[in-house]
Amino acid sequence: MSEKIQVPVMADKVAAGQNPEYLFWVGCAGSFDSRYQRVTQAFVQILDAVGIDYAVLGPEETCTGDPAKRSGNEFLFQMQAIQNIEVMNMYEVKKIITACPHCFNTIKNEYPALGGNYEVIHHSSFLQELIDSGKVKMSGGGEFKGKKITYHDSCYLGRANNIYEAPRKVLEALDADLAEMKRCRTKGLCCGAGGAQMFKEAEKGKKEVNIERMDDVLETKAQIVAAACPFCMTMLSDGVKHAEKETEIEVLDLAEIVAKNMDA
Amino acid sequence: MISQILFLLVTAAAAGLFAFQLRKVRQNIQLGRPLDRSDQPGERWKTMALVAFGQQKMFKRFTPAFLHAIVYVSFLVINIEVLEIVIDGIFGSHRILGQFSGPLYDVLMVVNEWLALLVIVACVIFMIRRNILKVKRFDGVEMEESKGTITRRNYSHLDANIILVTEIVLMAALFAFNVADIQLHALGAGALQSIDNLPGTFPVSSIFADMQLFGTNPHTLHLIERIGWWGHIVGIFLFLNYLPISKHFHIIMAFPNTYFSKLEPKGELDSPKNIHEEVKAAFDFNYQPVEDPNGPKRFGAKDITDLTWKSLMDAYTCTECGRCTSVCPANTTGKKLSPRKIVMDVRDRMEEASKYKLVPNEEGLLVPSDDSIEGAAEAAQHTLLGEHYITNEELLACTTCNACTEACPVNIDQVTIITEMRRYLIMEESSMPEEWGIMTQNIENNGAPWAMPAADRFNWAMDIDKIESNEKVSE
Repeated sequence: MSEKIQVPVMADKVAAGQNPEYLFWVGCAGSFDSRYQRVTQAFVQILDAVGIDYAVLGPEETCTGDPAKRSGNEFLFQMQAIQNIEVMNMYEVKKIITACPHCFNTIKNEYPALGGNYEVIHHSSFLQELIDSGKVKMSGGGEFKGKKITYHDSCYLGRANNIYEAPRKVLEALDADLAEMKRCRTKGLCCGAGGAQMFKEAEKGKKEVNIERMDDVLETKAQIVAAACPFCMTMLSDGVKHAEKETEIEVLDLAEIVAKNMDA
Repeated sequence: MISQILFLLVTAAAAGLFAFQLRKVRQNIQLGRPLDRSDQPGERWKTMALVAFGQQKMFKRFTPAFLHAIVYVSFLVINIEVLEIVIDGIFGSHRILGQFSGPLYDVLMVVNEWLALLVIVACVIFMIRRNILKVKRFDGVEMEESKGTITRRNYSHLDANIILVTEIVLMAALFAFNVADIQLHALGAGALQSIDNLPGTFPVSSIFADMQLFGTNPHTLHLIERIGWWGHIVGIFLFLNYLPISKHFHIIMAFPNTYFSKLEPKGELDSPKNIHEEVKAAFDFNYQPVEDPNGPKRFGAKDITDLTWKSLMDAYTCTECGRCTSVCPANTTGKKLSPRKIVMDVRDRMEEASKYKLVPNEEGLLVPSDDSIEGAAEAAQHTLLGEHYITNEELLACTTCNACTEACPVNIDQVTIITEMRRYLIMEESSMPEEWGIMTQNIENNGAPWAMPAADRFNWAMDIDKIESNEKVSE
């Protein structure tokens, strides 16, 4: 039996007089979406293995308000934001890591105007730092050796916040064969889920956006599509299913890739 | 003397009309809400230098960028010659810069002549791309001529062709002027021009002059030389005054528009103060929301008066190039949303308000200021949001991915316009797709967009194995 991880909760830590360096903001998808829970778990495995001083809010966390804001419901967004800011300020949170680019963008860029000022780090940048500083060592071989991997840019990481290189640097640490899609970086094609589209059917059209994106993926002949966003993960996975390529193409988050390949 | 007076009159008329037109555009832009973009002047000058002056974002697509750069550089360089034309026109001199700058004038004329030739080539290629090859991004519902009513610009292709033909004619006039001038001097008939020796070196025109393109009659040559000279400058004056009703207005508007760019990260949307006041009141029943008399009149945008002046300036800067629409995930998968249409609709609505002299009332809604104008009452019934301009279906299709803002060569911010209008739809009209209603309820009740109980939020953490190095190796 392997040992289990006790995920530290902010309320317990603070009650015990401790002040964790990082708050790991899990996000709704990371908490509830069964597929993305596995990403959350993988990321926690990494934090635990490296010995990062962190905690999560646990039941005290709620939606950042991003989907409300993008849909146009600014009122609900601010209600959510103010509640979250109150909780985080109460715990004197200084640094936040999150695996969700939407949470990342909202907390980093939109919370300051409402009184929430934190250093916010997306997990792709955090993983890159861990690799660069040698705290995470990737094993030379591993299951990704020689595999063809393509990275799908999340709009809220890339164009929205100019994070293009960190996820690629993480993948470069693998002994894999990286391929770019024709639409990448600033020209990356949206998965179709941003702007609260995740929570509704698309408007009438000729095609779903994620099916359009699948064509780009197939063109690279990649065996693995690396994602860094829960919504992209869902859309790409659906795209793979639609293309009936489930046995050939796997959609994985950066955290899962690192957790599977790191030397603990 | 007569021609000098005539020149002054023509110049004054052109400048006056242009000033009048600019004032109208300025008034239209001022229909927008206030927005402070006076911060970070250094960063703003830099953005303008790179994006407008340096054409940075054009070069995401090399072929059109290269052709566009030729026309743009020529515009800048040939303007030096326009300066000369204006001075000559006022003082009755001939090639005044040539009298003073000697070899520099040779360089200027050589560069001018080659550029002018390249401009003609570039404009011909542009016309082939638009009219024969029919480049896909020049297509779209907002580009169709049949679409509009009288208040709308529904002449994007005609507009483009007018500009391209005018540019070719302007260059042709310049060549006619040079060729005839060279021929006159070669005949020793320079006396007609008040100077004996023609300054400058003309690599292109001298070829035609050697062929005696315009014959050998000095009076005919003089006439052609004058027609070329007047044709070029009058053409430029006409062009100048055509700009404000054309997509070509971008050659001016690109500069202020990039200066006032949104400098925040693309993903950041503002948090309007009026909504913040309401939220504070919702948390604290004793709180009295502070009302700003100059603040927004409602939540989000229903009409152009609810958008900021920057969004309205965006609309006057649009070149209708379609780079935004061609990368829009919604548009390219067949949805009705076209970011270019959104921007063009904002401009068309401004033009409508201007044409029918609509002015904002106390609620910020546009109403007729002069009841005698026919159609004003009807125009006042229109709003930016609605069947005449932008529909809900278009707005709802946006994924806020910012591909459009990234692609725009003049830093237009389409996502802000779309979000403002969504805010109106949702917060004022409570009009939203059913699924968004459910999402909203879920966030309100469970703190998550899905119907998951808040108590289950931490369940993911119950059973996570530590990574074990030995296991890893054996795998």
